[in-house]
Amino acid sequence: MFAAAGDSLISCGMKQTGAVSLAHLPSIILAVLNPSVALGVLFLLAFFAAYMMTLSWADLTYVLPATSVGYVLLALVAKFLLHEHVSPTRWIGILLISTGVAFATSGPASTPVPPARETEKLDAEAVSVGGHR
Amino acid sequence: MRSVYAWSAIAAIVLTSAIGDVLLARAMKQVGDVGALWRRTNLWIVVGRILRNPYFLLGVMAMTVAFYSLLFGLSWGDVSLVAPASASLTFIANAIGAKIFLHERVDRRRWLAALFVAAGVALLAA
Repeated sequence: MFAAAGDSLISCGMKQTGAVSLAHLPSIILAVLNPSVALGVLFLLAFFAAYMMTLSWADLTYVLPATSVGYVLLALVAKFLLHEHVSPTRWIGILLISTGVAFATSGPASTPVPPARETEKLDAEAVSVGGHR
Repeated sequence: MRSVYAWSAIAAIVLTSAIGDVLLARAMKQVGDVGALWRRTNLWIVVGRILRNPYFLLGVMAMTVAFYSLLFGLSWGDVSLVAPASASLTFIANAIGAKIFLHERVDRRRWLAALFVAAGVALLAA
């Protein structure tokens, strides 16, 4: 589950960064008319859903560095699929991001929280609501 | 003068998106593990609970403000300054916000992660 959530988050994050840059380069009014923006919004929604799901069980300070893998993937896509030139500065940037992600993911995913009672209460509510169906 | 506008837009983006992220993270912590809830109930109950969470709505509002600040910032300053500067500083602002408001245990490893990623994102766009 861990890996699956992470992977979907990362791939959606990558698509999101791609979509956002597509949406920003043309002028904003033209962007609304651009059909690729619709696809961008769709990816954004998918990213947002995956992001929210991951935030529900992991810390913000864990999830955010993990999403930045998207930047690295974007650069690799630019290099190998679009055959863009990736400058040494960018390789250093990619290296720094990867190091940062390694730091974050080598630790625990969430802070052990005491207010487990609250979660249990919500769970009980969910079960009773689900039971009525 | 132009750079003052650009940097104030960057400050607004960083602040509002960090607030948004912290609020969304708090909302999702209140909702609980979505995967586990989903297995126990059904998707619509989970979605309904997320949408009814006040922190979630506030977080989405903050994110909207952040997005419009980005649009303003892009019209005032260069894309090559505003986009990477705001993206990079948001990682650090989020770490600070998560520590103060979410009481996450931000240890040295996580500070290093935030700093490295921020530096890397800044370099990627340089």
